[in-house]
Amino acid sequence: MAMTMKLNIVSAEKEIFSNLAEMVIVPGEMGDLGILPQHSQLLSILKAGEVIITEQGGKQESVYVSGGLLEVQPHVVTILSDTAIRAGELDAHSAEAAKERAEEMLKDQESEINFAKAEAQLAEAIVQLKMIEKMRKKKGGH
Amino acid sequence: MASGKEIRTQISSIKNTQKITSAMEMVAASKMRRAQDRMSASRPYAEKMIDVVRHLTHAHTEYRHPFLVEREIQRVGYIVVSSDRGLCGGLNTNLFKEAVTSMKKWHEQEKEIDVCVIGSKASAFFKRIGGNVVSHSEQLGDEPSIDDLIGSVKVMLDAYNEGKIDRLYVVFNKFINTMTQQPIVGQVLPIGESQMENHSSSEEHVRYHEVSAEEAAGHMKYHWDYLYEPDAEEVIDALLMRYIESLVYQSVVENVACEQGARMVAMKSATDNAGDMIDDLQLVYNKARQAAITQELSEIVAGAAAV
Repeated sequence: MAMTMKLNIVSAEKEIFSNLAEMVIVPGEMGDLGILPQHSQLLSILKAGEVIITEQGGKQESVYVSGGLLEVQPHVVTILSDTAIRAGELDAHSAEAAKERAEEMLKDQESEINFAKAEAQLAEAIVQLKMIEKMRKKKGGH
Repeated sequence: MASGKEIRTQISSIKNTQKITSAMEMVAASKMRRAQDRMSASRPYAEKMIDVVRHLTHAHTEYRHPFLVEREIQRVGYIVVSSDRGLCGGLNTNLFKEAVTSMKKWHEQEKEIDVCVIGSKASAFFKRIGGNVVSHSEQLGDEPSIDDLIGSVKVMLDAYNEGKIDRLYVVFNKFINTMTQQPIVGQVLPIGESQMENHSSSEEHVRYHEVSAEEAAGHMKYHWDYLYEPDAEEVIDALLMRYIESLVYQSVVENVACEQGARMVAMKSATDNAGDMIDDLQLVYNKARQAAITQELSEIVAGAAAV
């Protein structure tokens, strides 16, 4: 029987694949990489593409990744997959959007935190919550 | 005393409210379970990242990524994660209190503060109290996706890279159990066993980077190094950025679970309270009814006696 290694494909949102594999072919940034068991330790950036897995027993499976990172240990291969296509420009664009939303919000706002006001407001809210709690306890008591 | 009809209307209106709160309680319970599942689903990714980062910080002493270097602090950044909706008890209030306490400490040392807000409640709060909000995301929904966060997080990471901020915290609620949520101020940047703030929940600070002892012991273990493709710096950059994003994502997911948990508890107590009120009013109603009957009877008897 062919040698196997543990293959995990995970994204920040969920686990995509976790099983034994005989070989895995991944879309590395510099070209496709075929990883067999006992490969030397490797870290690589992946680009978007297909990951082809030869599972234990020879069954082939393929998973699409939109980029990410590959970590290889002799017996464990981990693919940290991105959930979205990452491109410098796209990221910059969404950062810009987040900034704009903040500016929109800041329009009529002081840039300095008014700590006295914050504390007063929080204290008030917390007192209210405590009162509610107290009333509940009293209610439950009788 | 209120008349019978008035009390009856009041009772039925409270009953309607009770129906709503108990429905909300059940919705929150099922959403909470799903949020918890998401919390555990995102864990393997973050754990793997931590493993690799831990290794890198040791194997690559010659390349010091700015994320790993402790700098003198001029300005601090905060990512405040709150819920989008209310009706979840003191969840957000407690969180903001924790955040403000921590910010105040920096303020007293005359450091500037930049804030990134996630969630409508946080943006409303900072709108009221002021603060230099540099990025903002809201309406992430019950199933936040990492794409929605990338922009906001990037603003803070860029600020850090450009030296605009020298430390980054994330403030969120940690899910302990359904009944308990703990507001946490966790240090995100720089990564490493930096001096954690002396804080009520100081052990929680270390959660992300609980390396020190283990690391010291395992130091000799790292006699091998990875092959890097294309090269070490690029890989480390890509990795660290994703690591930070996954930390923030996890905080957001955890906060969603907390929100649902807190809402469930709040709605349960609202339902119970409504029940108590109904019981009380029912008693008043019955008494009023009985009094009316008694009065009518005595009037009839008195009338009969007079004839």
